[in-house]
Amino acid sequence: MSEDSIISLKNVNKWFGDFHVLKDVDLEVKKKERIVVCGPSGSGKSTMIRCINRLEEHQEGTIVVDGIELTGNLKNIDSVRKEVGMVFQQFNLFPHLSVKENITLAPIWVKKMPKAEAEELAMQQLEIVKIPEQADKYPGQLSGGQQQRVAIARSLAMKPNIMLFDEPTSALDPEMIKEVLDVMIDLAEGGMTMIVVTHEMGFAKTVADRMVFMDEGRIVEQAVPDKFFNNPESDRTKLFLSQILNH
Amino acid sequence: MNDLTEERKPPVATTGILGWLRINLFSSWFNSLITLFVLYILIQFVPWILNWTIFAADFKYNFNGEEIINREMCSRVLDPETGGACWAIIYVRFYQFMYGFYPREEVWRVNLSYIMLAVAVVPLLFDKFPLRKHFLKFTYAFPIIAFFLLNGGLGLEPVSTNKWGGLLVTLVLGCTGIALAFPLGIILALGRRSNLPVISMMCTLFIEFIRGVPLITLLFFGMVMLPLFLPEGIDMDGLARVLVAVTLFQSAYMAEVIRGGLQAIPQGQYEAARSIGLSYWQMNMKVVLPQAIRISIPSIVNTSIGLFKDTTLVIIVGLLDLLGIGRGALADTTWLGLAYEVYFFVSLVFFIFTFAMSRYSLYLEKKLKTGINMGAD
Repeated sequence: MSEDSIISLKNVNKWFGDFHVLKDVDLEVKKKERIVVCGPSGSGKSTMIRCINRLEEHQEGTIVVDGIELTGNLKNIDSVRKEVGMVFQQFNLFPHLSVKENITLAPIWVKKMPKAEAEELAMQQLEIVKIPEQADKYPGQLSGGQQQRVAIARSLAMKPNIMLFDEPTSALDPEMIKEVLDVMIDLAEGGMTMIVVTHEMGFAKTVADRMVFMDEGRIVEQAVPDKFFNNPESDRTKLFLSQILNH
Repeated sequence: MNDLTEERKPPVATTGILGWLRINLFSSWFNSLITLFVLYILIQFVPWILNWTIFAADFKYNFNGEEIINREMCSRVLDPETGGACWAIIYVRFYQFMYGFYPREEVWRVNLSYIMLAVAVVPLLFDKFPLRKHFLKFTYAFPIIAFFLLNGGLGLEPVSTNKWGGLLVTLVLGCTGIALAFPLGIILALGRRSNLPVISMMCTLFIEFIRGVPLITLLFFGMVMLPLFLPEGIDMDGLARVLVAVTLFQSAYMAEVIRGGLQAIPQGQYEAARSIGLSYWQMNMKVVLPQAIRISIPSIVNTSIGLFKDTTLVIIVGLLDLLGIGRGALADTTWLGLAYEVYFFVSLVFFIFTFAMSRYSLYLEKKLKTGINMGAD
């Protein structure tokens, strides 16, 4: 693991039953680096980032996040989850809680923050994602784009060093994608370490420091966006890019 | 404004009483036929029932104006043609129906408990109740207060539970059973879904065993076998033994109902809760259970109503609940043959409680659907 690496995956292997989802995955992410992961469905990209906050358990290899190695040790898992925020494809907001309560839940219960302070924090996060006026509504009353932005605010409220995005715009109507991507671009410009699984190649070109292409559980190619899009090495990458860019 | 989009009043025939009647009662010839048939039945029976239960009924005095002290003095025994129900049997035995054989000089303790039960339960049920937070402290203290008040101790004359009876026993069994089975059921349901095989197996075994046997078996178990498991010299109270059986029985059912609700919660909720750092218990208490319980409300109320009525089975092991007192009254030779009155009264009391429960569940469902807020914390 190099000096300034904040996330380090070495020889990570994972199986779902007999199915080998991750094959010898190696990935080093530096502080403040923005990584975009792409690849066909079933290539293991979601599984890989879900391993980073231990929503999935890897069976072989090592994963070190911010100096903490992920093992069966529950204490380590808890400390990693406090460092790492995650945004899901389906938002996964808590429908029985208001927007504000969604955001204050973890600060109040995990960080033992006083309620008033947590609410102030929640409002700050809602300002960042540009929907402070929705604070007292319930998730069911918001549009998909607004829900996803609340989900981002909910993660940010825990002040994570790393943000993971698992296809954050795939479940959104086209006109809502931009509002979510704008928030993510702001975050990237603010210096957040980010790993984003997405098919939004425009976003990738603007934001990514490095592209990671996965296929059949392997990392096939890693490159800076310019090289990745204009001069990819592997044929598999070329095929993939021609399919998603030419339509 | 464009003329075409101008708002108009709805056609007269669809509003007002006539409109309502047309839409709901006479929308088709078949609907009309059913309406008329039901109307005929109501006209036939309602006046008769009202007459029998109220207008022609004896309450304390018969039609000669004498105070009724035995069945021979009931109007309907004196004149079967015109006499209605003879509620005197309820009147004379009312004390027993409410308190069993609780000593009369101590009965204020039961009455006080009944009042306190209402004060404890109402703020629990309605989240808009003024000063709810403070009342809830009383709610949590109530079981302890009621225990000493009814049972004696702390300077109060002890009253053995074999003197308790009637509504008192029914309410003690019903309320304690429901109140204890709810948290126990939650723990069992979570345990059954646990990733730890030992815990999951133990909970599954417990639930399946308890659900697999009739309540009566458990009551006998509590009465006959439970004392064998207790250390020598410790004699457990009869009512307490039945309470253990009833609570175990109810918690197994409650666990399955809540497990049903848990299964409806999408995996994403667990993942989101975990990803923001909540612990297992925080995740369940704050995210999963509030949603699961909301989904299960109709079934929770359903099993609770079931338990409340099933408490009548304790008659088998010799406790005299409301129905038991009723059967005792029927066996009394002075009042022989007044079964209609006794069963009617007992049914009515049960109906009042169960109907209130079912209405409350409807109210909750409606509130949670529209207001979205849980109101549980």
